[in-house]
Amino acid sequence: MKLHEYQAKQIFSQYGIAIPRGRVASTASEAKSVAQELGGRVVVKSQVLVGGRGKAGGIRLANTPSEAEEVATQILAMQVKGLPVRKVLVDEAATIVEEIYLGVTNDRGARSPVMIASSEGGIEIEEVARIMPERLFRITIEPLLGLREYQARYLAASIELRRELWREFVGIAQGLYTAYTESDATLAEINPLVITGDGRLIALDAKMVVDDNALFRHAELAEMRDFDEEAPPEREARKYGLSYVKLDGDIGCMVNGAGLAMATMDVIKLFGGEPANFLDIGGGAGADKVAAALGIILSDSNVQAVLFNIFGGITRCDEVARGILMALKEVSTDVPMVVRLTGTNEAEGQRILAEADMLTAGSLSEAAQTAVSLANERHSV
Amino acid sequence: MSILVDKKTRLLVQGITGREGFFHATQMMEYGTQIVAGVTPGKGGEWVLDGKIPVFDTVVGAAETTGANCSVIFVPARFAADAILEAADGGIPLIVCITEGVPVQDMMQARSHITQHGSRLIGPNCPGVLTPGASKVGIIPGNIAIPGSIGVVSRSGTLTYEVLYALQRKELGVSTCVGIGGDPINGTSFLDVLAMFEDDPHTDQVVLIGEIGGTDEERAAEFIADHMTKPVAAFVAGMTAPADKRMGHAGAIVEGGSGLAADKIAALKSAGVRVAEHPDLIPEVVA
Repeated sequence: MKLHEYQAKQIFSQYGIAIPRGRVASTASEAKSVAQELGGRVVVKSQVLVGGRGKAGGIRLANTPSEAEEVATQILAMQVKGLPVRKVLVDEAATIVEEIYLGVTNDRGARSPVMIASSEGGIEIEEVARIMPERLFRITIEPLLGLREYQARYLAASIELRRELWREFVGIAQGLYTAYTESDATLAEINPLVITGDGRLIALDAKMVVDDNALFRHAELAEMRDFDEEAPPEREARKYGLSYVKLDGDIGCMVNGAGLAMATMDVIKLFGGEPANFLDIGGGAGADKVAAALGIILSDSNVQAVLFNIFGGITRCDEVARGILMALKEVSTDVPMVVRLTGTNEAEGQRILAEADMLTAGSLSEAAQTAVSLANERHSV
Repeated sequence: MSILVDKKTRLLVQGITGREGFFHATQMMEYGTQIVAGVTPGKGGEWVLDGKIPVFDTVVGAAETTGANCSVIFVPARFAADAILEAADGGIPLIVCITEGVPVQDMMQARSHITQHGSRLIGPNCPGVLTPGASKVGIIPGNIAIPGSIGVVSRSGTLTYEVLYALQRKELGVSTCVGIGGDPINGTSFLDVLAMFEDDPHTDQVVLIGEIGGTDEERAAEFIADHMTKPVAAFVAGMTAPADKRMGHAGAIVEGGSGLAADKIAALKSAGVRVAEHPDLIPEVVA
């Protein structure tokens, strides 16, 4: 789960990281009054969960409160990469002398957290990695020991930070690492961390991604989820513990397991079709989950055929078969379907489907070919 | 005949009285796996599976009494890291964690601790290990593989079944199938398993099943080029997955240009691996 900049900044500040004075606003007049409180020049920043806000015109300076109101009106009316802006953060504008980068994330290869610093802040770190990898420094953190002071000092020295700022930098690095572990984050990033005119280090931007699997122990973070940023089918899917991604094709798929779901999409494409979605019902899904998943697939009006590919392991074929029939009772549809069911409790599952006259397939290739021709027939009608 | 598990494997089931644990313990026993104990805190002293298997409160108690040398974990995600640590501290050398949805920070800590204790972890979020005809540890359906000389290693769960099933239909047998799991932080990597298959006299060739996200397949390709004498075939899922969308597995994220299926396939091909276009075609590319 991604957090908004204003939310991540609040968390960082609880860990002793200095952030600009400021507040979030939902209307232009609110933005104006925040600017009035702050006094002086402010920056008005769109709060959307995508990168590249600056380039899209979603971050602008304002010299006076009325200018802040005007800028906020414009930003609140815009979309950044297709996402409507519903909130702006109004921060006091800082005098920037230097911009650096500091972030911590999970290193899959090392199976440990990694902290990354660079003297080149203010641009995307992937860009730095691409064009000047020599300016990027990383340290692997032993998860049972946490970030040690010498490691943070190594980063400070590597990015050639002025010595008088080392102590402050080490404090920020430790605060960021603690925020990352205590929030069960998969990413905590300050870009840029700026050196101001009066020689202080301030987090001008903040980014945080929290591990969805750990939200059960973070009620306060779970509440921060911005439901407006999620399309309704995705939201509905998450409620049932399904993972769903809408795509542009016309063949709906319901599969158990992410790898098999991707392979199913690949095979559909190989036989000349286009998948309408990725949908993984997960392991051990019962009939109710299957029914909810079918409802979500059929909510996409592009869908001309549905392919079920269930290879039972922890999931039981009879449960899935019952779920399909249960869903078909609830949702009336004329979209044709083909079911490929094999594995745990297969015989019972097949029996249930046969009684209901469902179209079945013996292999993934056969199921995909059938689904493609079903969709094509509907198109030609 | 195999790696990791065989007829001598004495299995302990953590979470044996839960819905999943009980169901799959029954299936494993029917397959012929030597289950020696179960652990469910608070249920020690009970007997399950027709009164044949004793339940213990702690792993250490179960291991001391029964000589268990392998544990399979079915406990809910929030307790999984604790269960892994308990198994390692109980002296279990091989731990297979089936549970999906374990927090990443939990896994980083658990992985670090158990590595220092010398235990091997397979998973989490994996289907387990199957040595056809000898031992099934986990949830891989037993009826979709026959004994043979092909080693199978996979990051996926059900996609692994698809490949096993395709091999079986062509009467191609498997030495051992290892599901390493789809999470970003796991206990055992492709490299670990490839090295084991290379050293196993009963494995003649290997099938590797990868997917988008991370760089595990690229690392595997390097290892294959440098260290493997046995032929390797592969399938990589996610050719049609759009960039920057999360496809279910925490591991399956296409990260900033790398992690793409096409790059992985290219890396594997350049290491001499024969890559199948779809899972049903795996039998055509094995040697």
